[in-house]
Amino acid sequence: MNNRADPMLADPLKTPLQDLDVSDPRRFEQDCWQPLFKRLREESPVHFQAESPAGPFWSITRFDDIVEVEKNTEIFSSEPTIAIIDPPPERRSRMFIAMDQPEHDIQRRAVQPVVAPKNLQEFEALIRQRTAEALDALPEGETFDWVELVSRNLTTQMLATLFDFPWDIRHKLSDWSDAVTSDERMTAGQGLKQEDRLEIVMEILEVFTKLWHERVGDNVESFDLIRLLQRDENTANMVDDPMNYIGNLMLLIVGGNDTTRNSMSGGVLFLNEFPEEFARVKADRSLIPSMVSEIIRFQTPLSHMRRTVTRDTEFRGQHMKAGDKVILWYCSANRDESVIAEPETFQIDRSGVRNHAAFGFGIHRCMGNRLAEMQLRVVWEEALKRFSDIQLVEPPTRLCHNFVRGFSRMPVQVTRY
Amino acid sequence: MPVIKFIEFDGTEHDVDADAGMSIMEVAMKYDVPGIDADCGGGAVCGTCHCFIQESAGPLPAVDPQEESMLGLRPDREGNSRLSCQIQVSDSIGDMTIKLPEFQM
Repeated sequence: MNNRADPMLADPLKTPLQDLDVSDPRRFEQDCWQPLFKRLREESPVHFQAESPAGPFWSITRFDDIVEVEKNTEIFSSEPTIAIIDPPPERRSRMFIAMDQPEHDIQRRAVQPVVAPKNLQEFEALIRQRTAEALDALPEGETFDWVELVSRNLTTQMLATLFDFPWDIRHKLSDWSDAVTSDERMTAGQGLKQEDRLEIVMEILEVFTKLWHERVGDNVESFDLIRLLQRDENTANMVDDPMNYIGNLMLLIVGGNDTTRNSMSGGVLFLNEFPEEFARVKADRSLIPSMVSEIIRFQTPLSHMRRTVTRDTEFRGQHMKAGDKVILWYCSANRDESVIAEPETFQIDRSGVRNHAAFGFGIHRCMGNRLAEMQLRVVWEEALKRFSDIQLVEPPTRLCHNFVRGFSRMPVQVTRY
Repeated sequence: MPVIKFIEFDGTEHDVDADAGMSIMEVAMKYDVPGIDADCGGGAVCGTCHCFIQESAGPLPAVDPQEESMLGLRPDREGNSRLSCQIQVSDSIGDMTIKLPEFQM
């Protein structure tokens, strides 16, 4: 798994730590990030890096330290952004993931009902039907891309449902999701230039502003995200504050799409890498819910979140200054051997399987976690009914990205019962 | 040994002898009482062990700011809402009756 490392990348075990860029997205692209993070957990769990494409930052790599930082929202703020790079102040969109209390709570509470378990029960039949249709349409006896035909297809449908978005142009949602997380400074130069990204952000705003005005006062009984914002008195005029509206739209588009999509693809890879686990879940489908949590841990679809230090402080003996960036590496927490036994093993019924770091902790913990788990559970319930095998044909293509951990291609062949 | 009565959302009751020193959440897990998820394992950082304390023989510990933050995000919060991982069973609190919510999130 770790033998395809780019010779241009410094050896993570022999190079002095201060000469390594922890945020180098190529390590994620080549799936050779694990040894560096293990070394950080052991040698420098609260690690300062003076230079990077995103400027200086601290890396927190141990599970328990990340929990501590996430609890201390006064010193470790989510404002102004949770991304490793700083947008220029005039282009700073405002999303609740990047707000502190009390504003965070007010905006999150407005949209939370969409993913409340009661609402999810009603979604489940619809998700199952669409999943069944997508899986039934897969070709047999030929290689196809699981990312495109399953993961991307299904998560785009779900996102369109959450927004009650025009069905015929729903593909725009996943294109936008890709675009808003794309930035040349997070992707070793492969991502969008800031100007091109801005153009797409303006398109999103235009389309959704139109949808907002079409829905104002239409009294349709719908739990879509736009009408939820309109119905809550605290957010009823959000359209008049475009930077706040676009911020939350981008948050919900990415949060409801990229993450589940990549876990949906990751599961196929892990079951191929650990065939004995594949055999076990095929023999006992009651293991699926537990397997879903393990897939999410093993994938950790967002590698990190950022916090910003609000005042000079000491953390684990390190002096942090007001304004310092602190990167919480969830991918590392999920391989922390002091909390997770044999963390490099994909083990579908491990004890405490839900106790992983992929959803974050504290007030910013993933709002859609139950929806994500349900989507993944339904995919595997329906897939294991139909397929005796889902064979990975070639190694997948991974994203060159230091924030979104995922795949652009997963070539597979399926065998039906 | 205090007795805790857990009442599931559908009304099913579970009476268990609770060990002093364990949290309510740990007691529910130990006796397989359904309705508490405890995703974070007891750190008051996930909010998925929410419960309603209907009755307690003795006074309960105060809600600290971390617990308050997590409870504040629960759409079904009531005046007697608590995170069950934040209350240790003790002889001074004594017997309790605890209602479980319809869902955890």
